[in-house]
Amino acid sequence: MILYLLRRVLYAIPIALAVGFVCFMLVQIAPGDPINAIVPPDAPADVVEQVKKDYGLDKPLPAQFGLWLYKVVQGDLGRSLATGRPVWSDLSTAIGNTLMLAFCASTLGFLLGCILGGLAGTFRGSVLDRGAVGLAVAGVSVPHYWLGMVMVVIFSVQLNWLPAMGAGPGGSSDWAWDWDHVKHLVLPMVTLSVIPMGIVTRTVRGLVAEIMNQEFITALRGKGMTRGAIFLHVVKNAAPNALAVMGLQLGYLMGGSILVETVFSWPGTGLLLNSAIFQRDLPVLQGTILVLAMFFVALNLIVDLMQTALDPRIKRA
Amino acid sequence: MTLRRAIFAACIASLPLLAAGPAAAQGTIRIGMTAADIPLTHGQPDQGFEGNRFTGIPLYDALTHWDLSAADKPSTVIPGLATEWAVDEADKTRWVFRLRPGVTFHDGSPFNADAVVWNVRKVLDREAPHYDPRQVGLTATRMPALRRAEKVDELTVALFTSEPDSLLPINLTNLFMASPTQWEKLRAAAPNAEAAWNAFAANPAGTGPFRLVRFVPRERVEMVRNENYWGEKAKAERIVLLPIPEANARTAALLSGQVDWIEAPAPDAVPQLRARNMVITQNLQPHVWPWQPCFVQGSPLADVRVRRALNLAIDREGLKQLLGGFMVAPVGTVAPGHPWWGNPGFQIRTDKAEARRLLAEAGYGPNRRLALKVQISASGSGQMQPLPMNEFLQQDLKEVGIDVEFDVVDWNTLFTNWRQGCTAPSARGAHATNVSFAAMDPFFAMVRFWDSRMAPPTSNNWGFFDDPKFDAMIREARNTFDPAARDAALARLHAAGVDEALFIWIAHDVAPRAMAPRIRGFVQPQSWFVDLRLPYVQ
Repeated sequence: MILYLLRRVLYAIPIALAVGFVCFMLVQIAPGDPINAIVPPDAPADVVEQVKKDYGLDKPLPAQFGLWLYKVVQGDLGRSLATGRPVWSDLSTAIGNTLMLAFCASTLGFLLGCILGGLAGTFRGSVLDRGAVGLAVAGVSVPHYWLGMVMVVIFSVQLNWLPAMGAGPGGSSDWAWDWDHVKHLVLPMVTLSVIPMGIVTRTVRGLVAEIMNQEFITALRGKGMTRGAIFLHVVKNAAPNALAVMGLQLGYLMGGSILVETVFSWPGTGLLLNSAIFQRDLPVLQGTILVLAMFFVALNLIVDLMQTALDPRIKRA
Repeated sequence: MTLRRAIFAACIASLPLLAAGPAAAQGTIRIGMTAADIPLTHGQPDQGFEGNRFTGIPLYDALTHWDLSAADKPSTVIPGLATEWAVDEADKTRWVFRLRPGVTFHDGSPFNADAVVWNVRKVLDREAPHYDPRQVGLTATRMPALRRAEKVDELTVALFTSEPDSLLPINLTNLFMASPTQWEKLRAAAPNAEAAWNAFAANPAGTGPFRLVRFVPRERVEMVRNENYWGEKAKAERIVLLPIPEANARTAALLSGQVDWIEAPAPDAVPQLRARNMVITQNLQPHVWPWQPCFVQGSPLADVRVRRALNLAIDREGLKQLLGGFMVAPVGTVAPGHPWWGNPGFQIRTDKAEARRLLAEAGYGPNRRLALKVQISASGSGQMQPLPMNEFLQQDLKEVGIDVEFDVVDWNTLFTNWRQGCTAPSARGAHATNVSFAAMDPFFAMVRFWDSRMAPPTSNNWGFFDDPKFDAMIREARNTFDPAARDAALARLHAAGVDEALFIWIAHDVAPRAMAPRIRGFVQPQSWFVDLRLPYVQ
């Protein structure tokens, strides 16, 4: 197991390098110029050249990439071209905000998904099943940002029940788990939970239906086991696969949804990436993507380990 | 009887409140900006002019200011931290500025000639310990001739330019004065100058009418009224700035009461905002949304008849309807009544018959339709609604025999290409480019486009316009130091530019903003900036 863990951690190094390199190259290939993050576009050529020199943007691309990598290895993600602030200071706050949103949204999505999927799988072909499948299809089909906007119109603009944007009355820095703050979380959380809810519903429904048809369930029924006891067996058998799907979904949500965070002005990684893309803020873009990629790798590892713990038949080592 | 007495007593008691009026008014104004991040607060804001509007002018002062007090006249330059200035008659590259006495920074340190020299060095002297490359790009570009500053006495400073330049006092509205004392204090605890500037951005000290009290990166800035301000004090007690880049989110935030004022509401939401009693303000801005022609040989727009025909063929009233009324039809880079207007002979209007006649004279007609290629963007700051607007123009120009093809590129690309010129491969054979621009300052409104020395890569003469007559007029304007005579020279330059139809002038933006009815006292000047000292909450 220790060897397996070590191997997985070692795998993360080429992944990190590849992510950093691809991201760097994509930004270079993309139209526009990173210098636009620092100087106005109507700046005279001599000023542009001087600022490029000051920031090292006049160096050849391999040198720029090497310099960035050298700093990253030492734990320094660099400074934002646009604001001059250390990338990590903005990124750590944004990650905290995104994690809070992602955990709440995924918990809601997973709970609803498991309930709906479990019911649909147990009562396959019934009205309940069709209703749950309909909701699941709608969940994965409806565009996030559209749903977000509709909910803002209904609950913020028309009913004035919930705030339309932001992460608390004084911003995320003074977050507290009271209603004044939590109400800012409700709309983005519900919006973001819809996709995992849909995917988990469909997965759990399929798993439950498949397990319910297996011979050991018939045997359990034949032994006179109660419905509740049989359900526990079903849950135990469905858990590893459902967990894998949930892990992936949590990974996606942790990446932050650019659109949802922009619609709700939620100061997470999605909004950070959005502004970094528009400003061509290369260090912020590279640092954010690298850290998110590492999150994804770590999360996959955790899910794999949990699957092994839940089902010893799955051997990873 | 008792009830009547009570009502009478209440009325009497409320009289002092009425008498106090706006002077005693206060409150917090929460503003939703279009920026995705807080504009830099260290004294030279980024995020374009929205930065100057919200974290520049309110927190800092410059030597010269824009007059933002009135909506019905062009905004002109007035004294700021300098009370008077004049060019040295013996050396036209040396200016002497007298500074306002008794001004202190927010940290209590005095504003004086040393502070001015220090602030000039922060962007122009690479050897200065507080030199900040980040601020260079944001400042040096807006005062291209300034070279250095020298203290004459405690309240007098001399500024030197690379060549005689009468536009310097206008350029200096962009150089905000930060407190050297505050920076030195923060530098003592910071590992390097860059870190000190970052610390300064979180704890800035300027001389402006507001001082910063709370800074949450990417989320909010809170400023309170500077009770020691040297000029008229702000009426509002506190201003909260929130970056809300998405137009619908801004609109929803206003409608749900989370903010009191938003910049650039979603155009489709304006009727709903009005129905909810929100106040929509707009005014002519020194902004031009043009097609900038390519003048090189082989370009059809090298012919003044074609350029004039295009200016006459556009139905600007129709375009205004398309934009829900949120534009002003231009008749030049500046509007009539502006000091630089100059009364041109060529009148920009809609006259399709005259446009057809001019095109026929230039050799175009039903048998030889004019084909034009224009490089445009799909979005961008100041670009208004480029796709529907350009499609409208395409349709409109078809009527007079002009077929327009668009090369749609990313906004950043369009900007980058702007510095490369119409002969560069990046222009992809375009005959015009559609980059909107600010026209507050003569350099940015005219000089950089019409001076042959400003051809790429130096500046934005994208079309390589080259006419010695214009070069001479620009030289004359820059060498005329009496403000009235300088404005007259600029007016002649502007009139000549309109007569030669050096742009296809299509629209001026009007900077729509929406605010809750409880916001009073707001004045929307003919400027990119506003005076946040004026509005208050009722």
